Amino acid sequence: MKKFIMIATVFTLMTGVLTGCSGNAGSFTDKSTANETTKSSQTIATDGSTSMEKVIGFLSEAYMEEHGNIKVTYNPTGSSSGIQAVAEGRCDIGLASRDLKEDETADLQGTVVAIDGIGIIVNPDNPATDLTIDQIGKIYSGEITNWKEVGGSDAPIVCIGREAASGTRDGFEEVTGTKDKCKYSQELTSTGDVVQTVSGNPNAIGYASVASVGDTVKMVSVEGVSPTTESIQDGKYKVQRNFVLVTKKDTALSKAAQEFFDFATSEQADSLITEAGAVPVKR
Amino acid sequence: MEKIKKTARWMERAMNLLFLVCGLLTILFVVLITIFLLISGIPAIRDIGLGDFLFGKVWASTSAKPSYGILPFILTSVYGTLGAILIGVPIGLLCAIFLAKMSPKKVSSAVRNVVDLLAGIPSVVYGLVGMIIIVPCVREIFHLPDGANLFSAILVLAVMILPSVISVSETAIGAVPKEYEEASLALGATKTETVFKVVVPAAKSGIVTAVVLGIGRAVGEAMAVMMVAGNVANMPKLFGSVRFLTTAVASEMSYSSGLQRQALFSIALVLFLFIMAINLILNVVIKKKV
Repeated sequence: MKKFIMIATVFTLMTGVLTGCSGNAGSFTDKSTANETTKSSQTIATDGSTSMEKVIGFLSEAYMEEHGNIKVTYNPTGSSSGIQAVAEGRCDIGLASRDLKEDETADLQGTVVAIDGIGIIVNPDNPATDLTIDQIGKIYSGEITNWKEVGGSDAPIVCIGREAASGTRDGFEEVTGTKDKCKYSQELTSTGDVVQTVSGNPNAIGYASVASVGDTVKMVSVEGVSPTTESIQDGKYKVQRNFVLVTKKDTALSKAAQEFFDFATSEQADSLITEAGAVPVKR
Repeated sequence: MEKIKKTARWMERAMNLLFLVCGLLTILFVVLITIFLLISGIPAIRDIGLGDFLFGKVWASTSAKPSYGILPFILTSVYGTLGAILIGVPIGLLCAIFLAKMSPKKVSSAVRNVVDLLAGIPSVVYGLVGMIIIVPCVREIFHLPDGANLFSAILVLAVMILPSVISVSETAIGAVPKEYEEASLALGATKTETVFKVVVPAAKSGIVTAVVLGIGRAVGEAMAVMMVAGNVANMPKLFGSVRFLTTAVASEMSYSSGLQRQALFSIALVLFLFIMAINLILNVVIKKKV
């Protein structure tokens, strides 16, 4: 009898699992049809820079929490594709982690939503305190290989960077002019790993978003300016780039998209942007 | 009475069906994964060319002129695994001999518990410990500018394969009939001679199984080596930053697109074939034993 009860229990559980599966499948299709119906009226489509994933994620999450019926979508395709997408009307707001080029400003409007400050970090024991952009570029492209050439002690330089698809790496290589030329000795997959590695190796140099650098490593100043919120906002700290929302000049945004745009560029968004590791613009 | 028999028969049939379904599900998963990998992995290989893909020495998936050669990854995975086996198997084997033949029962069970614990540690923890302890140590000891290299990865992998090597070879050694040992001792051989000339040869196939299992574990490990190997797509050097097949997939998957993404699936396919080959070898070894 006991056995029978056990087997019966197993069976009920099994059927539970099976019906559970089909139940899920049902709700899944329900959800997707619901999305389609809202797509025509209440979806705000953003498209572009992969580096802006975090910022736009934080913003859209907070916005969607307040406006339950509106859905903000994000398609990580890269800055240029995002600009193209908004120009062709394939999305509401384009995301670019660079300023618009001259030919693009003809019918597109760029609004800086946040600034990405990239800190250059070294080990706290490293005597070097200031580097120029030129020196940083030469270090990473392998022209300068010893710290004594840039005001440090006589030791080889170990270049720590991020994986090829990283937005921070993209921004760093753009500013320092080292695209595809970097000779890394480590490519790590997260900011935390970079900071950890630099803090453990006296000869290492690395880069990370300013907001996520703790006190286990030392941030050097670049061309005499140390990275602070102010120096990033007024552009004195050079290793930075703008996060830009791109819209069309001649066509107005839909009501929902305009509201989201206003929210993202308002003071309300500042704390969210800081949380996402970027620096809000000066107001 | 008749009624009970009937229920029992019905029950038996139902349970049979249940077992069958569960068995088929497992097969289904393997088949689905294989099909998925083949479908998503082959297009990129066709685009890039099998020769350029497998034997290309440069991997630059995001540069302006992308190049997709995975020879560095393949060689790194092979060397890394070989190194881990070279270090891990002797330690593991001797430990297994100690556990099975040499140590008192109490010590054996304590050590066995520790080995089981070692097997249960998540690989990210191995990676973290490697990153914080092994990498700086390797840098200091060998006077290198940077300690994240193939050697550090080999050390971490060697520790990671220990549990499977130890437990499988210990079982194999334990299964050797006691008479062999007694005969050897009776002939005047010392305990050490008995272990190495009688017991270990008799447990050979089990030990080979242990080694193959270790190889499988080392080839498939991603997280721990990602944290200690440096992840730069160089041709492998013992003290150079390297990228394994597994980490090549893991580190670029999150943001990849287009041909780059397809190429990552192709790497996964190559890795899958590697593991398949290892399993085949394992099957052959086990069959020979019977």
